[in-house]
Amino acid sequence: MAGIPHDHYEPKTGFEKWLHERLPIVSLAYDTLMIPTPKNLNWMWIWGVVLVFCLVLQIATGVVLAMHYTPNVGMAFDSIEHIMRDVNGGWALRYLHANGASLFFIAVYMHIFRGLYYGSYKAPREIVWILGMLIYLAMMATGFLGYALVWGQMSFWGATVISGFFGAIPGIGDTIQTWILGGPAVDNATLNRFFSLHYLLPFVLVALVALHIWAFHTTGNGNPAGVDVRTASKDEVKKDTVPFWPYFVVKDLFALSVVLILFFIVVYFMPNYLNHPDNYIEANPLVTPTHIVPEWYYLTFFAILRAFTADVWVVQLANFVTAGIVDAKFFGVVAMFGSIVVMVFVPWLDTSSVRSGRYRPFFRWWFWLFVFDFIVLTWAGSQPAEGLVPAISLVGATYWFGYFLVILPLLGVLEKPNTPPATIEEDFDAHYPPKDAPASAAE
Amino acid sequence: MNMKTILAALIVFGLGSGAANAAGEAHIENFKFSFEGPFGRYDTHQLQRGLQIYTEVCSACHGLRQVSFRTLSDHGGPQLDPEQVKAFAAQFEVPDDGDEAEPGDTREAIVSDKFPVSPNEDAPDLSNMAKARAGFHGPYGSGLNQLFKGMGGAENIASLMAGYTGEEKEEAGVTLYENTAFPGGWISMPPPLEDGLVEFRDGHANDVHHMSADVAAFLMWTAEPKMMARKKTGVLAIAFMILFSTLLYFSNKKIWAREKRKI
Repeated sequence: MAGIPHDHYEPKTGFEKWLHERLPIVSLAYDTLMIPTPKNLNWMWIWGVVLVFCLVLQIATGVVLAMHYTPNVGMAFDSIEHIMRDVNGGWALRYLHANGASLFFIAVYMHIFRGLYYGSYKAPREIVWILGMLIYLAMMATGFLGYALVWGQMSFWGATVISGFFGAIPGIGDTIQTWILGGPAVDNATLNRFFSLHYLLPFVLVALVALHIWAFHTTGNGNPAGVDVRTASKDEVKKDTVPFWPYFVVKDLFALSVVLILFFIVVYFMPNYLNHPDNYIEANPLVTPTHIVPEWYYLTFFAILRAFTADVWVVQLANFVTAGIVDAKFFGVVAMFGSIVVMVFVPWLDTSSVRSGRYRPFFRWWFWLFVFDFIVLTWAGSQPAEGLVPAISLVGATYWFGYFLVILPLLGVLEKPNTPPATIEEDFDAHYPPKDAPASAAE
Repeated sequence: MNMKTILAALIVFGLGSGAANAAGEAHIENFKFSFEGPFGRYDTHQLQRGLQIYTEVCSACHGLRQVSFRTLSDHGGPQLDPEQVKAFAAQFEVPDDGDEAEPGDTREAIVSDKFPVSPNEDAPDLSNMAKARAGFHGPYGSGLNQLFKGMGGAENIASLMAGYTGEEKEEAGVTLYENTAFPGGWISMPPPLEDGLVEFRDGHANDVHHMSADVAAFLMWTAEPKMMARKKTGVLAIAFMILFSTLLYFSNKKIWAREKRKI
């Protein structure tokens, strides 16, 4: 792989040379595993490995669950009860799979916020970031499709509400919605295609993840100091980096192991805590649940969707300008998708010359406000849209867009950043001073 | 960056996502059940009493269509002998699916059958009730009671059984009964239990409060029959992960020691 110079695999025995000339797969594995990695990475750089674990866990448990699941409206709910009651270890597979989705999303949010704080999206890692956003979108689609398969009340009504987003598109919305559902409403055709796509998308995810890893192995990892690895010579590289194996493999496995302790506490002692009680009632098109709430990992975007009601002036303006074509429902859908699309452009919206938020005194405040905004929106999305909730959602949604479209572009110009360390070695030595020098010498 | 804070906040705000019900505060009593907590186990005798109450009272209207009779002898359940299960199943009639059966024919149930569906169309199936509408969150509660007090579906069911005040009213030709545990305060199900309604062979207390707890425990079992296996696996899995984490912690420390100038 291109990028940071390092020692490559040298085939030694006759067989290794024979294989290497035909298929350099050992070389690929060696270069991937021995990639020089900035030695100052902190504990926020562990989530990538947790995410890879989640993807493997979801595919492994999902493949076995699919052996026992029946995608038919008359049998789907009962086949899940069959898995829970009769299949050997079926309850464990299903609880691991259902809560595995939550772990997957906690890890991806940590990973995304890590990237936003340390400027991981900045040149030359724009493609890494965009691939990451595509992965996130594919994860959201997969999670939604999978939740529908349970065929409980929340599955059915969630699928009805989400597919209704497409129905909000002016003019062609109804046609698109019917095409997606395979009929006028969520029914057997919908369940079958959701099952098919829920099985397909994880493998698309595998491909996207491979590209994501390939991209950042080409540019090299980012790091908390936000300065590049010196690449003039292998000696310089060795001062700034350590090989991924064994340093980060063992560190990441340790972190994964601790994360799994927490994960197992949820899976084995409170496996339904993140689920919704109504999803243990079989789907019934004639009975609408009191509150239709999506899974927790969508709540932020659900809050943004609901924030733009018909009495908000921007909605009224959009409605007036487009002669009524853009109504509040469509505006909300555009805002919801827009809140994710705007993140795709963050490499160009953030104008600061300094990569890491550690050296940006004002950015830090705005960043933590953004994290707080995310949490508040998650809460607002879980509440019925009454009382103060719509107003809070609107403020939260406004800040979401303001952060990306106004604050990040302006901060880069207005803020006077601190001076980052010149090298990764300097940053590392500041934490772990060399024995022959006093701690202050690292500055 | 302190991501622990975010995680904690996510759990408090986002994950306990049940919404408050505007229709009225339901009062859920915090019953003590033997199966609460990480080492909690079902009380076999309580499950047997619950099964008896279900059979003599609830099954007149409700069904348990997900539950197989054979599971009554499973470890971690009511643990009847296989012979008892055979005799128990035989008192139920299920649709006959034999080759010569006419539609509508019934036969005696055998152990491989499931409990019959609800005979009364308006009465919901009870197989998953402890995890479903009565809900492990409490009926649209905050979810935090479950986290901190271990209150879940069983508490909701027991509170509902014991929550009748004796008041009745007529509304649009339907009789409603006041119940302190039901959201909104009025329920269409008549009070199913009264003191001494079911006689237990071992002479166990049979007032409404005790029977409510017994039947709730039984319905927790029907909803989560593998709970004891789950908790046992969980204790093992977590013990293993703690050991594994400890080994990895020291491995990591040793591997980095030279880079970090600790040796």
